[in-house]
Amino acid sequence: MNNAEKPAAGGAANEKIKDKERCEECTRRQFFTRLGMGSLIVAGAGSGLFGYEYFSPNVLFEASPIVKAGKPDQFPPDSVTLDAQSGIYLVNSAKGYYALGAICTHLGCLTAWKPELNLIACPCHGSRFNTDGVKVAGPAPQPLPWFKVWLADDGYLMVDRSTQLKVAEFVKV
Amino acid sequence: MAITTKTQLERIRNSAVWQSIFRSGSGASNVHRSQAVQQNLLLHLFSVKIRSRALDFKPTWYLGALTLSTFFILVFTGVLLMFYYHPSVPQAYADMKDLQFVVASGVFLRNLHRWSAHAMVFLVFAHMFKVFYRGAYRPPRQFNWVIGVFLLLVTLLLSYTGYLLPWDQLAFWAVTVGSNIAKAVPLAGNRMRFLLLGGNEVNANALLRFYVLHCVILPLAAVALVGIHFWRIRKDGGLYVPEKKTS
Repeated sequence: MNNAEKPAAGGAANEKIKDKERCEECTRRQFFTRLGMGSLIVAGAGSGLFGYEYFSPNVLFEASPIVKAGKPDQFPPDSVTLDAQSGIYLVNSAKGYYALGAICTHLGCLTAWKPELNLIACPCHGSRFNTDGVKVAGPAPQPLPWFKVWLADDGYLMVDRSTQLKVAEFVKV
Repeated sequence: MAITTKTQLERIRNSAVWQSIFRSGSGASNVHRSQAVQQNLLLHLFSVKIRSRALDFKPTWYLGALTLSTFFILVFTGVLLMFYYHPSVPQAYADMKDLQFVVASGVFLRNLHRWSAHAMVFLVFAHMFKVFYRGAYRPPRQFNWVIGVFLLLVTLLLSYTGYLLPWDQLAFWAVTVGSNIAKAVPLAGNRMRFLLLGGNEVNANALLRFYVLHCVILPLAAVALVGIHFWRIRKDGGLYVPEKKTS
């Protein structure tokens, strides 16, 4: 190996020149081997990107995050109403209306309102939440999310499931 | 009677058609018998000769062979089930119910597929425990153990993807929970779940993806790995059957 002897003679500053020398010295076979390996790496990375893009759908036929929960008078005072289709609880409390996500923060099961316990309970792994969405038992790592609620012009309560509230907000009607 | 059957078989084996397919021809010599194994695409994975005690029940309990048998049953019944199953929402559930109540022998095939799947998972674990506690994973067979671990993963993925296909409540919530477990992976978790389901919720895209994985990709992976697994038995010196201790 000629290349192996040379770096010992030269310093670190000559690294670039040596690289150049190495390429000038390399045979046609070495050149094409490097070219081939290089293009294989590029093609491999390209295929990975192509695959990722192909398997990520660009258009989804999924439900809108904004749902029409119902008219305010549908919800009696101090009630918790589950809409299983959209996965939200609409709560009519003394402070006003608010909406909680009904999907358990543990592994995504649909929870259920247990009036006799005054708790929201998950059937899968036993998590329990109070009417503020705060966990009181079970493995759930986070409280149930609060969603943005507002009263639309047509008198319906609207819930945006994509907007989680950091501070509790109540809608008075 | 027996003699005539034997001579008839011998005549078939000596015919030009037979010998054009099986090149080894007839004969009971060691060479002929070796060639019969070597020159057959499927049989050449195996050794020409093995120790007779490798065929005993005790060293293996035949757990590997039984696992392969359940796999064959699953492929056979699975292909038959595919003739009546549409991987679409909500048709999939109706097709599953039709298989149970309308299609002739449908309930038999579906249950055979289901029970064989349970049996295969059980047998894979039993096979691995047997190999582990006998120490058969040790060199020179360590790479075949690695192949076996991948086969375990493929078996579990086949079970998991097949679980969604009936499209009933059990299937839906099991896959909801399972895909949320995938979401727990650091950094890439959300993207992995999105790719697995083909969306953000367990829906038509997820059903189709699980169907393709269950019926095409994972079985092909299993066949390839099983091929390597069996070939490696020969390359690693046959099944692990220690000499009997003579005192």
